[in-house]
Amino acid sequence: MLSAPSTSLSTSELLSLYRKMVQIRRTEEQLARAHQSGAIPGACHTYVGEEAIATGVCANLRADDVIFSTHRGHGHALAKGVTPRAMMAELFGRVTGVSAGRGGSMHLFSPEVGLMGTSGVVGPSILLATGAAYTFKLLGTDRVSVAFFGDGAVNNGAFHEGVNMGAIWDLPVLYICENNQYATEVPFASVSKTTDVAERARAYGLPSYVVDGNDVLAVHAAAAEAVRRARAGEGPTFLECKTYRTRSHSEGMRDAGYRTAEEVEEWKNRSPITKLREYLISERLAPEEELARVEAEVEAEVDDARQFATSSPWPDPATVLDHVYSA
Amino acid sequence: MRELTFSTATREALTEEMERDPAVFVMGEGIGERGGNWGTTVGLFERFGPMRLRDTPIVERGFTGLCTGAALVGGRPVVDFMFLDFLLDGMGEIINQTAKLQYMSNGRLTMPIVFRGCIGVGHSAATHHSGNYYPMLAHVPGLRVVVPSSPYDAKGLLKTAIRSNDPVFFLEHKSVLGVKGQVPDDEYLIPFGEAAVVREGRDATVVAIGWMVHQTLKSCDELAKDGVSIEVIDPRTISPLDTDTMLASVKKTGRLLIVDEDYGPCSVGAEIAAQVTAKGFDDLDAPIMRINGAFTPVPYAPPLEAAVVPNPTSIALAIRDLLAE
Repeated sequence: MLSAPSTSLSTSELLSLYRKMVQIRRTEEQLARAHQSGAIPGACHTYVGEEAIATGVCANLRADDVIFSTHRGHGHALAKGVTPRAMMAELFGRVTGVSAGRGGSMHLFSPEVGLMGTSGVVGPSILLATGAAYTFKLLGTDRVSVAFFGDGAVNNGAFHEGVNMGAIWDLPVLYICENNQYATEVPFASVSKTTDVAERARAYGLPSYVVDGNDVLAVHAAAAEAVRRARAGEGPTFLECKTYRTRSHSEGMRDAGYRTAEEVEEWKNRSPITKLREYLISERLAPEEELARVEAEVEAEVDDARQFATSSPWPDPATVLDHVYSA
Repeated sequence: MRELTFSTATREALTEEMERDPAVFVMGEGIGERGGNWGTTVGLFERFGPMRLRDTPIVERGFTGLCTGAALVGGRPVVDFMFLDFLLDGMGEIINQTAKLQYMSNGRLTMPIVFRGCIGVGHSAATHHSGNYYPMLAHVPGLRVVVPSSPYDAKGLLKTAIRSNDPVFFLEHKSVLGVKGQVPDDEYLIPFGEAAVVREGRDATVVAIGWMVHQTLKSCDELAKDGVSIEVIDPRTISPLDTDTMLASVKKTGRLLIVDEDYGPCSVGAEIAAQVTAKGFDDLDAPIMRINGAFTPVPYAPPLEAAVVPNPTSIALAIRDLLAE
């Protein structure tokens, strides 16, 4: 497993990673409460516990790089630059949301910042990201494409077909497998003879690594090299980020019968946010008051987002047929 | 004007569009140096190279999804399925991604992608190489479906398809590939949603799709010997579907037959009949009739295969039945 090297990041870069992870966590805590209160009419799959992956990967990307996300995509959206306001409004179904109320949690789109969609179907992100990378190479750009997907996608044909094509054509794409160990509620160990997804990916002939997905510095370092390779025309890289989802598969779903409370507690204690916080303090990179200030600012930002979403208008039913076709 | 085959006309359209726009590229099995199973890309690999004439592994789902992603960021893929039957492995990507992403993104993404492939019964291709599938594609909001029958239409519609920012299915019946016809020297495009009146007449209207246009014209020639005058309409695009041209014709003839090689239940003919009934009921002098392919997988043996599709004789019989109503 790739571990965090002694980091070369500046204090402001480290604080930026910290702020992003806290922003994702606080936003989703608000979303969970909103879901419980009935303010979110549809589904809501949280990323709580996995924030280091989106944060560490997307910190290496430019605005014109693109990512393709999953049903568990709030973290990816925020990490790529969607605002809490625009995301929360979308989950509330409001016209001010990123998809103007057409999508909800699983159909967040913000091409302006390179978010090419969260998804209600497991697997397609791998193919779509590979295709975007094909265009980037065809048009001679140095843009990079990223596929996020869970361990649930890797027994699917899209994984094998997509990773193979990315490899044979040396495409500028990152395959980021977020192995949270359960495909919905089915343990990965029960559906794979091999322990590491990276071992499968390696068989397709591309550099493939296992990374501690709860260590944002490890993810950031691995992704930095993968992005460098992609921009330099050296082809795709596969990162399997081992992690854990500490809330239920989807808000409001029964979270029992497939894992133990002890296991969940153990992983809560490995929160990537706590890990970075302790590192910043122990290494004297940021005083506790500085971190508290960041947390308070994020808290205010997320409160504002909730207010914004709540007070935003619904979309106009007269527009329901708009955008089925381009013209 | 020159006389070209349908295949040559589509290759000319593709070549012109690839020259015009460097973002246009083709993906499929054997469409690179080999030039495609149907000759769709003969000679293009040498001109445009492997990035734009990309031979793929046999992964229809994979390259369907890949090309959908490519189209989101400025690529203009032409996906060559060879036989459209192979599309079925990619159907989940097409319905859930290709067709929906423009809408789900509130119009901020576009989907300039063409899917082409051969359709239709004939040549003992048997059931895994004989499907038509256009009704189920036309059922999906977000997709465009083109089924041309002549070289002229094929060239003009393929150029429109490649320039469209919507996903377009361009479906070529095996039996029309060798059909010859006049094609202008100068560039032209044919808009979607405009049916063609391919033969004028006064006694009845026949709407025919793809290869059935040619089979219907043969029966019309026979019927003309008895003084029967039939108007034949080729919708050319199934989605959008130009029912106004059909209604105008029915207003003149009072009778309508729909000839379609594909299955009858939930078919294009059923849709046309419903729309014409709703809007042209007072113009009809007889019930709308349909003649379709038999509701069965397509068999192999020539006599069995011939038994499942309409032919000039069965079409002429259907027209006589309609006129007798």
